[in-house]
Amino acid sequence: MTVAQKEASRLAARRRPARRWGRFFNKTVPESLGPRLILIVMCALFLLPFWSMATAAFKTTQELSTFPPTFFPLGLEWSNFSTAVNYIPFGTFFINSVILTTGIALGAAISNPLIAYGFSRINWPGRDVLFGIVMATIFIPFPVLIVALFDIFAKLGWINTFLPMIVPAFFGNPFFIFLMRQFFRGLPGEISEAARIDGANEFQTFLYVILPLARPAVAVVVIFAAVAAWGEFLAPLLYLQDEAKYPLSIGLQFYRQEHAVSYNLLMAASTLIVLPVVALFIAFQRFFIEGVTVGSVKG
Amino acid sequence: MIAAPRLHLSKADRRNLRTAAPFILPWVIGFFAFTLYPIVYSLYLSFTSYSGFGNATPVGFANYQHLASDPLFFKSLWNTLYYTGLAVPIGLVVAIVLALAMNQKVREVAIYRAAIYLPSILPLFALTFIFIVLLNPRFGFVNYLLSLVGVPTINWLGDPKWTKFSVVLLAQLGAGGPALIFLAALRAVPGELYESASLDGAGALRRFRHITLPLITPVILYDLIYGTILGVQIFTPAFILVGGTSGGAAYTAGPDNSLLFYVFYLYKEAFQYSDMGIASAMAWILFLISVVLSVIIMRWSRFWVHYEVS
Repeated sequence: MTVAQKEASRLAARRRPARRWGRFFNKTVPESLGPRLILIVMCALFLLPFWSMATAAFKTTQELSTFPPTFFPLGLEWSNFSTAVNYIPFGTFFINSVILTTGIALGAAISNPLIAYGFSRINWPGRDVLFGIVMATIFIPFPVLIVALFDIFAKLGWINTFLPMIVPAFFGNPFFIFLMRQFFRGLPGEISEAARIDGANEFQTFLYVILPLARPAVAVVVIFAAVAAWGEFLAPLLYLQDEAKYPLSIGLQFYRQEHAVSYNLLMAASTLIVLPVVALFIAFQRFFIEGVTVGSVKG
Repeated sequence: MIAAPRLHLSKADRRNLRTAAPFILPWVIGFFAFTLYPIVYSLYLSFTSYSGFGNATPVGFANYQHLASDPLFFKSLWNTLYYTGLAVPIGLVVAIVLALAMNQKVREVAIYRAAIYLPSILPLFALTFIFIVLLNPRFGFVNYLLSLVGVPTINWLGDPKWTKFSVVLLAQLGAGGPALIFLAALRAVPGELYESASLDGAGALRRFRHITLPLITPVILYDLIYGTILGVQIFTPAFILVGGTSGGAAYTAGPDNSLLFYVFYLYKEAFQYSDMGIASAMAWILFLISVVLSVIIMRWSRFWVHYEVS
């Protein structure tokens, strides 16, 4: 129905006797109107921070401090972005973030399928008990470990390197192990049987038969690991002391350490940090949604 | 192997154990090196005086005694429990409401779902910086929009009454993730149940109360426990909102220390005051708190979690 038609029927409805209005309403206004309005309001609320950031990034300092705030910037102050990038060693921080993210995602891609395979496609005594312990570690708050971990990494000489963040990624993560395990359990046993009959050992079966089938699940793990690594805050704060080693999460503080905070520059930099995640999300939306819901198969 | 509960293993069992060992070995090593050992080691450190350099000297229960008489320790504990007590139930309701909305039969629902989910994957540190602008009493959108409906200006980040609630609001941006899990649970509810209830004359509210809610209780339980564990370790937003460590050791964490959360105080003890012993004692207390809270929720859930008989 076009807008004009809707408008016409709305006007027509007004002329009818009041008691027939309800019946008419049900006929012309689609049932989905209410839910749709609610959903639009919810989306507006959830995207408001994003809009706030993106508009502030394009405002002049003067415009940003006016009340009421402008929902659309009066002009597009593109220079904010170049100023923001030059204000702090943005390039260095960006490269550090990329190195950390790549290392952690790589570790996740290698370790979790391997571990999950051992917890799903081989039937050994005590397997499910040990898997219970894997799952239980989800409920240990990371900050409980930071003091001891710091001391351990300090004794290893790893402070001020990326190793304390990247190396643990190569030893698996309970969420990702769970996710991969769910996927492996869904593959029929005959596939492994066939490989075994062809003379493949367990590792060959894993590497050449099962892993290629699990590519979508590995993609989910890599994407989630990368997004988490990109936003990692506490670990780099603890383990990195040299400014030249900072990732963006820690480096962003620098906009505030000068006495006057330049919020438009801060928001321009934030936009640059958030955009890769948004791009990744748009490109791999299906993987994100599927990845989250894997965990819900069994509560 | 640690994972052998029985003494008599058949030949096949033994062979399978040998085959599986290399696969799970990375996890076993990681578990010992990065989880179990640090937990045990920090228990030891909690009974010592240790600056991070030199040797740790045993001091018995002195660290725990010190904490028992430290008002800031209790302040941080209170702040954290207050935040968790607010963030977890609010987060649960928001996630369920979002899931119900995402479950509506609207053609372009995938777009709404994506928009609501997106903020939950954005870096928390970036969202915190965004909130500083968004909640600014002078030029932020939130106060302006509230002023349109007659709400007086709220100093979100400057008034100790509002600071923790601001962090609760911030946490809701992550509700899209749990909402998707609830959505999957909603879709798993057999449609026939709703149909027969409708025939019996049950309205939407009663259908939700008597069909939907019982069937999603296992997910509610998971959300409560995991939300609580995340809640007690709240750190990043508070740390960024108060401006990091730029103020030196003497600064307060937000107005009236209202953002001095437990982990924030732990961080300060360990890395600003270099008191690894006290920080380790705090770490162990946090560990116990999270275990106790999880057990309490588990016990309580026996009264309301509905497990399908099938």
